[in-house]
Amino acid sequence: MKADIEKLTGIATQVRRDIVRMVHQCQSGHPGGSLGCTDYFVALYFHVLKHNPDFNMDGKGEDLFFLSNGHISPVWYSVLARSGYFDPKELATFRKINSRVQGHPATHEHLPGIRVASGSLGQGLSVAIGAALAKKLNNDDSLVYTLHGDGELQEGQIWEAALFAPHNKVDNLISAIDVNGQQIDGPTEKVLSLGNLRAKWEAFGWDVLETNGNDLAELISTLELAKSRAFKGKPIMILMQTNMGHGVDFMMGSHKWHGVAPNDEQLAQALAQLGDSTNDY
Amino acid sequence: MKKYTFTEKKDTRSGFGAGLLAAGKKNPNVVALCADLVGSLKMEAFIKEFPERFVQVGISEANMMGMAAGLTIGGKVPFTGTFANFSTGRVYDQIRQSIAYSDKNVKICASHAGLTLGEDGATHQILEDIGMMKMLPGMTVINPCDYNQTKAATEAIAEFEGPVYLRFGRPVIPVFTDPDQKFEIGKAWMVNEGKDVSIFATGHLVWEAILAGEKLAELGIDAEIINIHTIKPLDAEAVLKSVEKTGCVVTAEEHNRLGGLGDSIAQLLAQNNPTPQEYVAVNDSFGESGKPAELMAKYGLDADAIVAAVQKVIARKK
Repeated sequence: MKADIEKLTGIATQVRRDIVRMVHQCQSGHPGGSLGCTDYFVALYFHVLKHNPDFNMDGKGEDLFFLSNGHISPVWYSVLARSGYFDPKELATFRKINSRVQGHPATHEHLPGIRVASGSLGQGLSVAIGAALAKKLNNDDSLVYTLHGDGELQEGQIWEAALFAPHNKVDNLISAIDVNGQQIDGPTEKVLSLGNLRAKWEAFGWDVLETNGNDLAELISTLELAKSRAFKGKPIMILMQTNMGHGVDFMMGSHKWHGVAPNDEQLAQALAQLGDSTNDY
Repeated sequence: MKKYTFTEKKDTRSGFGAGLLAAGKKNPNVVALCADLVGSLKMEAFIKEFPERFVQVGISEANMMGMAAGLTIGGKVPFTGTFANFSTGRVYDQIRQSIAYSDKNVKICASHAGLTLGEDGATHQILEDIGMMKMLPGMTVINPCDYNQTKAATEAIAEFEGPVYLRFGRPVIPVFTDPDQKFEIGKAWMVNEGKDVSIFATGHLVWEAILAGEKLAELGIDAEIINIHTIKPLDAEAVLKSVEKTGCVVTAEEHNRLGGLGDSIAQLLAQNNPTPQEYVAVNDSFGESGKPAELMAKYGLDADAIVAAVQKVIARKK
């Protein structure tokens, strides 16, 4: 199926509106990474994934997605709501008491679309590998996708999982890293350099692809290339260059918007750059 | 005092191995993971029978817990196997977020718990695991007392929906429970009815409590002995009923006195029936190298320690 880039671009703009509004209304949350990964989520949920918004935990016969860097929950919640998992109106309860839309993704309140809690970093790759192993045991030839932050790669558990997957030929797994070069305390280069990520993942035995994570057409062709390379004996890793805060000029490229909410004036300024309010929740 | 005899001694970890094989035969969704301790966990029979349902993880316990959580998505019933120390303290955050908070049906099976691990010393002798696991909302915590009970417990948890911590040990100890017992999660087992003191024991301390009961009988003390194999959820009804009758309590466990079975019982009694209680437990310290029996004697975890605790608590009865 050929991607309708114009349509996907429109969805991405709506998702970015949702993100800044969600974070603004509770004055809490993580807009930077959410905006930077919006194009990836839109490509995945509106074009790539074989999924069913009539949610079922086991997801047999469906592609599964796991968000390991759970703090970019606003983008995931928006995309889940906009693709039919729940009413977008529920986004207004983000981070508020008695809500299913928790600060970090959780299963505890039974929000459709979430299969495991994340937030404490470094755990999602292992969980996804487990789900991929279950698919193999069940003779289910659908795929498992994961997303990770680049700062998250500083967690040791990631590298335990990185060793395991190639050794065990977990080739129904397509992971991605949001390479935005930023983390809470500053640029990753300054905080704890990640070095040559392509060389690292290749040395661990992964099939590594690279893409611009803020170009929908390139993203989709990379994800489709990744799918064509599944089931060939290696797990796949997509290194995805993104701009933190992409789509809102004053939030772009800085770690300062990792976990800070815009004020009223900044919200207005951001929304003015992001289409119109016709389909706001 | 009811007479308990045994014809052989076996390790509880072998009970786990036998139970895992039986559970695997009964339920095709049972899968097992191990972090480079297959022989220690007695998982060979399962692996031989179901090689495709076993995952060798290598020395990566955090990854093991995460993968176990993932395997439940798709309907598998994963059993993880490693030492108790590496099953809990090393991976507490993985269990907390990916398993307990996420309501995943993972069975965390932990061998070599407590001092009876012996010669390897304190690095491996975890005495805090029951406390850590029972604090996790939704976690069931089970510490069976002999080979037969461990086998039965392993089979029972495979059929139970929800995360479970199953704790067992390394040394051979008497096999004294019924080989055909039905293991009921959360249901205490009456080992001996008595009227003078309630001894609540778990794990390896149950046999020590029986030995203590025999010595106490010679001293004219009629001890009620109850095996609390399920520490969470605690069988409150059985505990309160016994204490109502006896009016004093000794708890016995191979664990730190902080956070273990004793504290669970004390909390229940404080709210319902405040009662004199003595702890037979490790007194907030690490262990050390030595033979299991030597360590249990040095740290006050044997039958003699239980007898002394009973005499002390009876003297406190009003």
